[in-house]
Amino acid sequence: MLIKRRSFTKGLGLGLAAGALPLLGRTASASDFKAGYIYVGPIGDHGWSYQHDQGRLAADKALGITSTYVEKVPEGADAERVIRELAETGHGIIFTTSFGFMDPTLKVARDYPEVKFEHATGYKRADNLATYNIRFYEARYIQGVIAGRMSKSGVVGYIGSIPIPEVIMGMNAFILGMRSVNPQGRIKQVFINSWYDPGKEADAAKALLDQGADIIAQHTDSPAPLQVAEERGLKGFGQASDMIKFAPNAQLTSAVDFWDGYYTERTKAAMEGTWQSHDVWGGLKSGMLHMAPYLNMPDDVKQMAMAAEADIRDGKLTIFKGPINAQDGSPKVAAGETLDDGAIAGMDWLAEGVEGDLPN
Amino acid sequence: MDSAILVSILLSIVSASTPLLLAATGELVTERSGLLNLGVEGMMLVGSVVGFAVTYSTGSALLGVVAAALGGAAMALVFSFLTLTLLANQVATGLALTIFGIGLAAMMGAGFVGHPVPKLPGLHIPGLSELPVVGPLLFGQDALVYFSFLALFGTTWFLFHTHGGLVLRAVGDSHDAAHAIGYPVIRIRYAAALFGGAMSGLAGAYLSLSYTPMWAEDMTAGRGWIALALVVFATWRPGRLLLGAYLFGGITILQFHVQTLGIGVPAQLVSMLPYLATIVVLCIISTDRGRIRLNAPACLGRPFHAAG
Repeated sequence: MLIKRRSFTKGLGLGLAAGALPLLGRTASASDFKAGYIYVGPIGDHGWSYQHDQGRLAADKALGITSTYVEKVPEGADAERVIRELAETGHGIIFTTSFGFMDPTLKVARDYPEVKFEHATGYKRADNLATYNIRFYEARYIQGVIAGRMSKSGVVGYIGSIPIPEVIMGMNAFILGMRSVNPQGRIKQVFINSWYDPGKEADAAKALLDQGADIIAQHTDSPAPLQVAEERGLKGFGQASDMIKFAPNAQLTSAVDFWDGYYTERTKAAMEGTWQSHDVWGGLKSGMLHMAPYLNMPDDVKQMAMAAEADIRDGKLTIFKGPINAQDGSPKVAAGETLDDGAIAGMDWLAEGVEGDLPN
Repeated sequence: MDSAILVSILLSIVSASTPLLLAATGELVTERSGLLNLGVEGMMLVGSVVGFAVTYSTGSALLGVVAAALGGAAMALVFSFLTLTLLANQVATGLALTIFGIGLAAMMGAGFVGHPVPKLPGLHIPGLSELPVVGPLLFGQDALVYFSFLALFGTTWFLFHTHGGLVLRAVGDSHDAAHAIGYPVIRIRYAAALFGGAMSGLAGAYLSLSYTPMWAEDMTAGRGWIALALVVFATWRPGRLLLGAYLFGGITILQFHVQTLGIGVPAQLVSMLPYLATIVVLCIISTDRGRIRLNAPACLGRPFHAAG
């Protein structure tokens, strides 16, 4: 009952900001160990938060434990209260699954040294705070290769959310993949300043298509841009989960996040007392990233995409390898030089072929 | 600019403006009767989830649209009962209605997330719909777009050219006088509120059935508040409402073009423009008391007690 009362009062405060009372979902179990998860979107976004919840369910099932999740938690001060509440109510491990939860997670982690924390996509760590992420940019390189072959205008419309390194490295990987098959390929980009706003995402997709793009790529979470592509008879790429249902004739492929194994393994480690803080950045090779089936494209393009996927998985293809030019054409990465993970994780420059400035 | 692109931009503007026009037309009628309902956002969300759920379950978009209007009206009924019968504060009740609507819609929609529905079909008149430029713009829209214009012109005609409209405005301007000469103030306000709710419901249905044919929590994303601002922006006149809705809709689309074209104007500034325009209009109409009296319904937001 305590949880319910608290979340009710919290909900009153959140109501105006987040829109609705966050729902605390609980499942029964045999074990006393509890895992907690907080999501930035609704689990019904059919994208980012949905995939995290799929991972949670898989881990619960594999380990036979109870977990609590709180969805639609706004990034900022409210997040800290939610994380603190999970820590206070006996959760042994807490996964916070959005970049903006970084500082609140760190703050709460300092106050609860016995609780293990895991923050997705961030870079601040502590003895009881690990970070984990997926190399989404690997999927975006493959998407770029496909777009390079499929685009007639040579222009891809790219919907960005917020100009953080995560989004910028995806855009750069995409143009590198695209230019590996079409050296004249270009990206037109728009930032909508939100991770999830179907109306705005659709408006941005329409604007980009009107500007001459014939393929849509997105770093936002709803299937709305794909629906626009479907309606106009053009192509696009899904985000975070397989969105083929929304665009059966338009989705070329989608990067599918796969957290199941990671959540199971880490929760198990916390239960057995073998948990240690670390920084994991897994890609296609680790199994944390899958590609949805390659559809709506000719066979030779599909072969090319599969070859690129295999080469990245086997380590034969390094994406951020020189020569790479910056947006203005000046050399950024010299020939033969390879960017290390630190340089990739802090990327704040756009590569040649991406048009338009980054918003401040 | 080639005409295909221009048509496409204009089409995007129509779809961005239609939900604003629908919701604002309803709210204008409600406010003209003297009732201030700030719950537009909540009514829209309930309309969009009900419209989506019924369309998805029955396969009939027509049933979905009708259900959405009823859903919005049901929310307005709650509001009217609280404010007209129980005499609750209108501002507080309206805000509560929005918060309630957001939660209720999320709960009702939980089972409908992640499913697509077919988009509302557009009109197709052989010969006319294929005409360049005017074809897709005038003869290729879906039913709700035509209805938004019909409703606006109908509202204008009703408010300013019929006896009923005169009575409704009289109730909004002086409920005591209207009551004294025998008009049923409460019943008229109930009717105006229900009309407003139904129109908000339709605006919601437009979002979940045409704009982005899916259900997603909070998919109105503040459009209900923009509709409220529009009514003030239009100084409670339907003609200016049409202008305002298309101005606001146009700006939402143009901010993306400004970004991609790399014109040296920050996109954030462009997206602020509708709100800045509303504030400017508010300042202008508030400069002297006479002007306010000419525009705003004099009894707007004031509770009505029937004396005797």
